[in-house]
Amino acid sequence: MAPLDELKIGGMGASRRRVEDNRFIRGKGNYVDDIVLPAMLHMQILRSPVAHARIKSIDTSAAWEVPGVRLVLTGETMAARNLAWMPTLSYDTQAVLATDKVRFQGQEVAAVIADDPYIAQDACDKIVVEYEQLPAIVNPIQAQKSDAPLIRDDKENQASNKIFDWEIGDKAATDQAFANADVVSKLDLHYPRSHPSPLENCGSIADFDRATGKLTVYMTSQAPHIVRAAVAMVAELPEHMVRIVSPDLGGGFGNKVPIYPGYVVSILASILTERPVKWVESNSENLISTGFGRDVYLEGELALRKDGKILGMRMKTISDHGAFYADAQPTKFKIGLMHSTFACYDIPTAHLVSEGFYTNKAPGGVAYRCSFRVTEAMFFQERMVHAAANDLGMDQAEFRKVNLVGDDMFPYRTAFGFLTDSGQYQKCLDVGMAAIGYDTFKQEQEEARKRGKLLGIGISTMTEPLGAGNSREYDIIGIKMFDSAELRVHMTGKALLRTGAKSQGQGHETTWSQIVAHELGIPAEDIVVEEGDTDSAPFGMGTYASRSTPVAGAAVAMVSRKIRAKARKIAAHLLEVSEEDIEWELGRFYVRGNEERGVTIQDCALAAYSNIPDGLEPGLENTAYYDPPNLTWPFAAYLCKVEVDAESGVWDVLNFVAVDDCGVRINPMIVEGQVMGGLTEAYAMANMQYITFDEEGNCIGANYMDYLLPTAWETPGFELHEVVTPCPHHPIGAKGVGECATVAGPAAFVNAVMSAIEHTGVRNVDMPLMPNRVYEALQTGKDVSGMPPVLSD
Amino acid sequence: MYPSRFDYDSPATLEEAIAILDEGGGEAKVMAGGQSLIPMLRLRFASPERVVDINGIPNLEYHRIDPDGTLRIGALCRHEDLEFSTIIADTFPTLAGAAHLVSDPIIRTRGTFVGSLCHADPQGDWSATMIALGGKIVVQGPQGRREIEAKDFVLGPFVTAMAFNEIAVEAVVPPAKGKALGGYLKLERRVGDFATASVAVALDMDGDTVTRAGCAMAGVGGQTIDANEAISVLQGKTLSVENIEAAAVAVAAVADPRTDHRGSSDYKRHIVETFVNRVLTSVANSEKKVAVA
Ligand SMILES: Cc1cc2nc3c(=O)[nH]c(=O)nc-3n(C[C@H](O)[C@H](O)[C@H](O)COP(=O)(O)OP(=O)(O)OC[C@H]3O[C@@H](n4cnc5c(N)ncnc54)[C@H](O)[C@@H]3O)c2cc1C
Repeated sequence: MAPLDELKIGGMGASRRRVEDNRFIRGKGNYVDDIVLPAMLHMQILRSPVAHARIKSIDTSAAWEVPGVRLVLTGETMAARNLAWMPTLSYDTQAVLATDKVRFQGQEVAAVIADDPYIAQDACDKIVVEYEQLPAIVNPIQAQKSDAPLIRDDKENQASNKIFDWEIGDKAATDQAFANADVVSKLDLHYPRSHPSPLENCGSIADFDRATGKLTVYMTSQAPHIVRAAVAMVAELPEHMVRIVSPDLGGGFGNKVPIYPGYVVSILASILTERPVKWVESNSENLISTGFGRDVYLEGELALRKDGKILGMRMKTISDHGAFYADAQPTKFKIGLMHSTFACYDIPTAHLVSEGFYTNKAPGGVAYRCSFRVTEAMFFQERMVHAAANDLGMDQAEFRKVNLVGDDMFPYRTAFGFLTDSGQYQKCLDVGMAAIGYDTFKQEQEEARKRGKLLGIGISTMTEPLGAGNSREYDIIGIKMFDSAELRVHMTGKALLRTGAKSQGQGHETTWSQIVAHELGIPAEDIVVEEGDTDSAPFGMGTYASRSTPVAGAAVAMVSRKIRAKARKIAAHLLEVSEEDIEWELGRFYVRGNEERGVTIQDCALAAYSNIPDGLEPGLENTAYYDPPNLTWPFAAYLCKVEVDAESGVWDVLNFVAVDDCGVRINPMIVEGQVMGGLTEAYAMANMQYITFDEEGNCIGANYMDYLLPTAWETPGFELHEVVTPCPHHPIGAKGVGECATVAGPAAFVNAVMSAIEHTGVRNVDMPLMPNRVYEALQTGKDVSGMPPVLSD
Repeated sequence: MYPSRFDYDSPATLEEAIAILDEGGGEAKVMAGGQSLIPMLRLRFASPERVVDINGIPNLEYHRIDPDGTLRIGALCRHEDLEFSTIIADTFPTLAGAAHLVSDPIIRTRGTFVGSLCHADPQGDWSATMIALGGKIVVQGPQGRREIEAKDFVLGPFVTAMAFNEIAVEAVVPPAKGKALGGYLKLERRVGDFATASVAVALDMDGDTVTRAGCAMAGVGGQTIDANEAISVLQGKTLSVENIEAAAVAVAAVADPRTDHRGSSDYKRHIVETFVNRVLTSVANSEKKVAVA
């Protein structure tokens, strides 16, 4: 019997078409807003037009009079049920509907529940709120001033606008390294606020059934199980009476991890009206009120030896969290995994100090397509490395090669204590350099300059920590960060797989089946994948931080292996030999020494329900919980070539080469899609995306005419390459890839533009590198800062 | 993003549409492509009682060139019709140059040239081309038709010289005397972005000599900026490097940009100068190539 061809059954390495796309491209996806329940009401939220103000009064009487209005809620009505405030995922509190003050423009002030959303909006417009405006704080530098108004006067023991101080590393050893340095290179920059901008905005339908006492909430959540726990606690409902269903999600990128006031208000509204209540926010509401990314000031320095060796690293971060500390991150780490910075470089000692502040801006600082602040960590790293190579007069690639961790140094302990375990960093960089023609670039650049053209090349290399976590170190509000998979093989050999993760476009329905196909030889098309319903899916921490494949994906492999172990017993019974005499090949058990005598996995499945050996439980189902031994560490080497128009500051990408080593690739096509998407987002952040604030805290860029999502028109082409170094501890050797490109991408673009213009003496232009900023840098030779507020004349 | 309540009419004739507007007494709004009106309704920036959809009125989709060379653009001629037009490339290079820079390909299938003029957005592209070309807008009301010069059509941001009961039925662009040269350059951050700064330049040429020069700008003032007088320094001159530079400087001087998140006023003024220079230089060079060939 010919062995199964793994690629033909859609196993590991097959570039299988995404099965979920079948419904998406036909418009048959089932998103929250597609769900219509009988007698459903609609909710709209009234938001604060100002950034910081005391609420003097709220008059809802005119809203109540609009025909079709069923309920009007304010902070006062929420407070009466102890729901005016809710806990956040970072042990802070957040206002659900404002009671005392509003603390950012766009904050939730009141809600109207009506027969349709038009009526609800009409009624919202009739609510009269009297505000007494207070000075607004729009950056953490203002927040630190001694005379700064106290934003969180609601909190006991909160005397200033500071949220936390955090520190890691060896200060004394690092000071010593700097004392011994030949050269010290410094850099100071602002990573601007960026918005995850999922195409589908956030929303929920709360459906409380008075008769059964059960609350079902359809919700745009990347982590439904965490929400169930939180809702049970906040709403004081028994956990088994709370069901969270996250249906198809139109993107998430970290934006759908936090718990938003709208969800909570819709839940109370359903409890009070005893009818389902739908709330779906608009694009602008999503932009002004939901979790943003970055907005952090990064400064640091490298202690360098003349020959290019980095002796030590020092860094300080000042982060802007908005009015409530509501970003999700592992409890131990106040500024996420910022300390993964420089993990790909061999640096003896390092020290990091972080401070977080409240400002009058929407709460956030969520990990937008990255593992907890890793994007800003790696952006700073690669901008710093770029500056340091220049300060030493060394070639950019050469400087990196002197300092990259070598293949023979693994397992490698970083200065901040992470353990990286595998990689071929130099090789990845070499592949990229060859592809972009690095060696001839200097000459090209000089010749172009003679013709009045400004060319530049930028490199970004990094390894990032994915797959939080292991339960020793990683938890969110105390819940350990493992994940799970449950596999049911039916009697005809078809199967149902459920995990605790939640796809938002990553293609889990496709790739999880491929892992099962690889482990069991069941064709991928015979497996259906379900996620997102807390009543049926096993408990898991959800999908973000590139953790699905490293954690839930590993659980899928492990549960498949449990099934295989049981099937082996059944095979022994069917073949009438002892288990020790059974061999496995993809999809089939056979008798050792007699390959012809065998049974397929499907035969075993049938027998599990029809011919079970004595002493064995019937059925072929199992669940696996996977607690990873370590994080996974993919590597990326990106190189970008640009041309800058000196007269306008406009820059164009001439060539972009991306080399990714994400370990074993389950579905190469999906991996490439993830890289392309991530690079597109990286390009957008580097080039055009701008959401900022004026002196009064008005959000500039709160719509998609101002905050730009790149289209196919202007997005450059990307040339992709791969290097494969399997992860030594992951059951199938995969490392995760969903975020590498957003993390490593921005610095490649910025370094390239800087390389084209730094002959003027400029060291840094903050993102986005809009034409006016690049032009200013060229004209003045000075750095261009992007820190808010924006001034106008 | 839910508009206020409004009534909707889809009249079959201009007369009927005008009657509805007249009856509405300023509370009714015309809808052509809807690409600006619908966003305004959804944002509740506009809350008309009535929306008068003119898409059902026949024979307004045209754009055609009369025997005397006059271009006529009907009220339902879409941006896309001009982008793919086979008749304007040589005769109206300023319009042809702008057509693929207005909005994005999706909006261009629906949005109209005339609707864009009526919307009077200070960042709108077509108004600038019309002023540079010395065009006119034909409007019809209960009392019949009248013509308004493009330069007098826009009174301020989103305000035109039309009465509430008038409909713009046609845009009229006179032919060049001699050869038409020109172009449109726009600094945008992304396809579909409104102009950070843009310039429309239109020249009538008699051999090497400029007999009429027109120019207008979008994005660099409270409304479309008429720079016809500034660029008239080219009148009677050739497109020499010095003359081009003088014209670019003169045009930049009448720009009135604001500093905002897209750049300082100085930067935008600099872009205007650079773009006027580029359009003029490129048309001068293309003429030379033709002359040599
Ligand atoms: C995402 C986006 C990007 C855009 N980018 C650009 C851009 O880069 N450059 C640019 O110039 N424009 C841009 N636009 C605007 C677009 O070009 C519109 O199509 C145009 O401004 C209006 O034309 P319309 O036919 O859609 O008019 P409508 O939206 O139907 O109407 C606009 C206004 O004009 C009035 N009106 C329309 N037609 C008439 C008429 N015949 N008589 C009297 N009044 C009338 C309406 O009452 C309304 O007040 C953009 C629009 C969007 C949504």
